[in-house]
Amino acid sequence: MAGIKGDNVTKEVAIGGQHIETPHETRPVLRREEFLLNMGPQHPSTHGVLRVVLDLEGERIVKATPDLGYLHRGVEKLAELETYNQIIPLTDRLDYVCSMTNNYAFVRSVEKLLELQIPERAEYIRTLVAEMMRISGHLFWLGTQALDIGAMTVFFFTFREREEILDMFEELCGARLTMTYYRIGGLDRDLTEGIIARLKKFIKEFPKKIKEYNTLIQNNRIWISRTRDVAVISGKDAVNFGLTGPSLRGSGVNYDIRKDEPYGVYDRLDWEVPLGQNGDTYDRYWIRILEMVQSARMIEQILDKLPSGPILADHPMVVLPKKDLVMSDMESLIHHFLVASKGFDAPKGEVYCGTEVPKGELGFYIYSTGGNRPYRLKIRPPSFIHMGAFDYMARGYMISDIITIFGTYDIVMGECDR
Amino acid sequence: MYPDSKHLTEKFQNSIQEIKSSYGELTLSVKKEELVSLCHYLHDDPEMSFDHITDICSLDFPEDEERFEMVYMFYSIPWKHRIRIKARISEEDCTIDSISSIWKGANFMEREVYDMMGIRFNHHPDMRRIMMPEDFEGYPLRKDFPTEGKGWRSTFEFLPGR
Repeated sequence: MAGIKGDNVTKEVAIGGQHIETPHETRPVLRREEFLLNMGPQHPSTHGVLRVVLDLEGERIVKATPDLGYLHRGVEKLAELETYNQIIPLTDRLDYVCSMTNNYAFVRSVEKLLELQIPERAEYIRTLVAEMMRISGHLFWLGTQALDIGAMTVFFFTFREREEILDMFEELCGARLTMTYYRIGGLDRDLTEGIIARLKKFIKEFPKKIKEYNTLIQNNRIWISRTRDVAVISGKDAVNFGLTGPSLRGSGVNYDIRKDEPYGVYDRLDWEVPLGQNGDTYDRYWIRILEMVQSARMIEQILDKLPSGPILADHPMVVLPKKDLVMSDMESLIHHFLVASKGFDAPKGEVYCGTEVPKGELGFYIYSTGGNRPYRLKIRPPSFIHMGAFDYMARGYMISDIITIFGTYDIVMGECDR
Repeated sequence: MYPDSKHLTEKFQNSIQEIKSSYGELTLSVKKEELVSLCHYLHDDPEMSFDHITDICSLDFPEDEERFEMVYMFYSIPWKHRIRIKARISEEDCTIDSISSIWKGANFMEREVYDMMGIRFNHHPDMRRIMMPEDFEGYPLRKDFPTEGKGWRSTFEFLPGR
């Protein structure tokens, strides 16, 4: 008699009342089939709206197909219709966790196109704020990654310090999330004495706080077993996939734009690039921790060296006049109106400018045919590129690892989908 | 910083159409048929070593005879230099060979170009839309695509006022 699925049953089985002869061998019944699981887009740990279609064999991942686009807002198309200054707030909405670094990346690429020289003090403050944002971004990652994995206390601890940084940002530019602080040619406002004092106090206490986070998870058996040897990628593969930032440096590849193509005042500061060895999530955790230490080191040096001077370039066609003048002087008001509404004419040409943001390399490619708006603006977001390696890095792991795997990139879907 | 292009231009003298350097960036325009062999050279040659793919994007010039322009950006981690490669594509034959066999990261980038500009990549392992839904009509980043969209939204039955 023909066998049924899950052959070699242990006892007599009757299907539809029919008697089936029992084979001599006795083995347990096994059902072998692949299982398709839709994960997201509304799963709380999918960092916004990421959907992943998982092909499973038991609990093991055979294939993971990311389905993007749930947050696609056509930022690149919108940018073709806006003047350069009007694009800055759009960039805030890309990586909304670290909005200032997006502003920085964009204004740097426009300044490269315009060949604009930035005042010394503005460069120092830009670097300072970018490093504050890096600490804030990494704290956000550490808290949410630990929360996703199942450790809640770390989240409360890291958000306590992140809150302090956001308070300083609020004092600096009046916003906590979408800050639009950088300007083409400089900055919106200068640092105040109050912020400098708060920052000095923060930096002094920060090493102790990092120690606290590490005390919680550094030797925690659950954290180690859920991050070590999870989402491993070799340095060669990481480069081939185009990974950047801590995701690449965790695999031991020394590529950091702040060192390789220095901008701001990074080349005037004393700091190091932390590198990993195994290319797993545990190494990436250490990379981010050590990057925070380095950022704090840089902030300390900048505060010591901070020069005096203007914070906006002397280029009336491009930069907005001072706010207090706009409120009191008619000419300045007209000037402000013209720059804000009509913009400025950029030269013909094309530039690509990459900036090291907490997640990796954020690049803007601008193609200009002249005029006050870009003909084409292409954003190179690290999160989107990292998702390209997702299937490769997820295969063979268990279903419970999938949260760790997309957390390991520090993805933000606003940036991924644009 | 960019590499010394002398050796490169000698080797590919028949396929390189234009060499441009501005803003400290080197741009080579090549025939689309020669793109993959050039990319192989850029990736494998020790003098070049463009092991890291930065980005792929496309431009639309509706007035031109060859309407689309592909832009490839590579970075060499050992040599710390960048290069940009360009290739023109006509609207009638809107295809180009995929380079995803050289850089795995090109897979997603090419899918995005296909989704947004409608350029198909030969030998691509998974040529599907990536941002837009599968049944979306048109290519949003083409210059003739209206900013308001093509009325696809109004076909939603659940929207009021239909």
